[in-house]
Amino acid sequence: MAATKTLTLARRAGARLTTPLHPDDYLSMINPLWSARELRGRIEKVIPETEDAATVVIRPGWGWHYEHRPGQYVGIGVQVDGKFHWRSYSVSTPPKRSGRTIAITVRAMPEGFLSKHLVGGLEPGTIVRLALPAGEFVLPSPPPAKMLMLVGGSGITPVMSMLRTLDRRDTMPDVVVHYSSTTEERMIFRDEIVALAEKHPTLTLHRLHTDHDGMLELADLDRIVPDWRDRETWACGPAPMLDAIEEHWEDASLSDQLHLERFSLKFDGDGGEGGTLTFQNSNKTIEADGATTVLEAGEEAGVGMPYGCRAGICHTCTLTLVEGTVRDLRNGEEYSNPNDRVQTCVTVPVGPCTLAI
Amino acid sequence: MAISDVKEYTHLTAEEVEQLGRELDAIRREVEESRGDDDAAYINRLIKIQRSLAVAGRVTLFASRFPPAWAAGAAMLGVAKILENMEIGHNVMHGQWDWMNDPEIHSSNWEWDTAQPAEQWKHSHNYIHHQFTNVLGFDNDIGYGILRMAREQKWHPVYLGQPVYNALLATLFQWGVALHDLDLEAIRKREKDPKVLAKQLRQIRRKISRQIGKDYVFFPLLTGLAGPGNIVPTMTANATANLMRNLWSYMIIFCGHFPDGALHFTEEELEDETRAEWYLRQMLGSANFEGGRLLHVMSGSLGYQIEHHLFPDLPSNRYPQISVRVRELAAKYDIPYTTGPLHRQYGQALRTIMKLSLPNRFTSSDQPEPPTPPVDRRRRTDAERPTRMVETGGWSSRAAASTA
Repeated sequence: MAATKTLTLARRAGARLTTPLHPDDYLSMINPLWSARELRGRIEKVIPETEDAATVVIRPGWGWHYEHRPGQYVGIGVQVDGKFHWRSYSVSTPPKRSGRTIAITVRAMPEGFLSKHLVGGLEPGTIVRLALPAGEFVLPSPPPAKMLMLVGGSGITPVMSMLRTLDRRDTMPDVVVHYSSTTEERMIFRDEIVALAEKHPTLTLHRLHTDHDGMLELADLDRIVPDWRDRETWACGPAPMLDAIEEHWEDASLSDQLHLERFSLKFDGDGGEGGTLTFQNSNKTIEADGATTVLEAGEEAGVGMPYGCRAGICHTCTLTLVEGTVRDLRNGEEYSNPNDRVQTCVTVPVGPCTLAI
Repeated sequence: MAISDVKEYTHLTAEEVEQLGRELDAIRREVEESRGDDDAAYINRLIKIQRSLAVAGRVTLFASRFPPAWAAGAAMLGVAKILENMEIGHNVMHGQWDWMNDPEIHSSNWEWDTAQPAEQWKHSHNYIHHQFTNVLGFDNDIGYGILRMAREQKWHPVYLGQPVYNALLATLFQWGVALHDLDLEAIRKREKDPKVLAKQLRQIRRKISRQIGKDYVFFPLLTGLAGPGNIVPTMTANATANLMRNLWSYMIIFCGHFPDGALHFTEEELEDETRAEWYLRQMLGSANFEGGRLLHVMSGSLGYQIEHHLFPDLPSNRYPQISVRVRELAAKYDIPYTTGPLHRQYGQALRTIMKLSLPNRFTSSDQPEPPTPPVDRRRRTDAERPTRMVETGGWSSRAAASTA
């Protein structure tokens, strides 16, 4: 920590000489990773996992702490055709303070322009932008005595990070993994997970190839994992699967024991009242209703809004509120102090607002 | 001559003006859709060159007690500052590179190496000047509130000193620009919101102290470590670099709207102005200059002032190709396209500055006179300006809906 403090002081002193730039702006000319101004990483290698999935190994630059919790995701920004595109992916490596790299595992989605690029077109050496790990779908410490992982498709990635962590610490509790995949070939990490199950007698693996065997019926859980009610459960996969699981656990009054990871954003807030948004630098204004985010409204008004993941994760879209109130759609929290930094992709106006852009 | 109706002046029918607008919109769309890796590489390369040059200049000044090192250091730093202000800072803050979605090269958080805080510049330049281009009383860039630049502006004996004010403005250009958004006239008349004023002054004080600290305190002291004899020469070298940048940017900027042929407008033109008429006003009010690629890069692509005013937020490296198309349109619609060599364009602007220091009756004009009576050059406050729909080339949904 002392070293970090010294570094911060040195940077601040250096900024006196480099103003209005940061010292990092010059250092990163020598090595693109020597900047903590924006988190960056270099692609070390891309390891194919299945035909359409690959593990991308990234060496992060300054400002990165290898302290993510197993199960968390990171934002990654990749330049394609001159333009940075952001997505979030689960970190599949276990956290290691002595680590030098992190890995994400990505499946190319048919409509997923960036995931295809990450799996197929990313050259080692490419510099990407990173957002710090986030997410509450994590392994508690210490882990509960009995766990159930209900996984579909690429939903394995955060769970893999948890399993690898338990394996590395050699503290594998009673874990049941139910892993659905369309076919055997498309099952990411299939060899590794089988090896883990062989190594740890307390790890039970159920594999399901849905193209052949059909989808998992939750009613069958009583047969497959008779003690599922006693287990703390982590579920990750396609949205319909998660909806069904959520309902099933609710019906059993076991919602407290269920952890869900959704890859698409779900808003729980009430929305806002809407209002006139003013963009200070250009004096552009636009009316926005309570369901239109500040980001969408700004884009509609023709303002060059910064944006990233568009799901409240990466903070690329954050702007300063000059006046007015905005509401966060995820939790209903309101921001009304001038100079509040607000994430435009998940906030809506409550009455007239002015933003510094 | 100030124009109160551009359609009238150009003898184009309303339909022809709208057609011109559609053709210009098509150019914008084509460029927007074709932005890609090469454009991103251009700005990244330029930033790299500029920063390397700045570092090389600063390092050389560690030997600034030797005159050749002093001269080389000052020159490199001066060129770096010019590039930083013109082709990089000016264009980034116009939002020309926002499409890359790169947070480090984005108009919302770029700060430049000059005295004016970026936020204030984005208001006074991006909004006021680019919206109300050359409209008397509305565009504060006409003479920067110091010089009389149009025959329609009322003469006052104070303008006899105009040649001196002009020389001072050129020398101290960055400081003049720093005060630009304060609107001294509004302050004098006590029309300025004291809260806004206090905030702006705070921003300016902070920016200026950092700028002065860097060039005249911290960096000279640092070179003093290599020999105390470096301290004063480093200060003078930095001052020289700033002066180079001031004189150059002043000259380039005065070539944008003041050569003969660039027209002024009256506020009547603003009433119900359509997007196409706005385009036309930009074309008639701006002037280009000619030169090689290097000259254009060094002048922030403002040799393509006409294209820049039509499309302020398209990447500057595309202006050469856009200008070919715009010239064709000017010829097709028989609209003036003012351009010439740099020395001639600046010479004309300088002549206007000298001439207009005198009352109109002592000077000649090749234009019919007076088409409109001299107007009060009082500046309008934001509240007095009509709501504008175009800015940095964009067009609000209100206008889009009405033309759709």
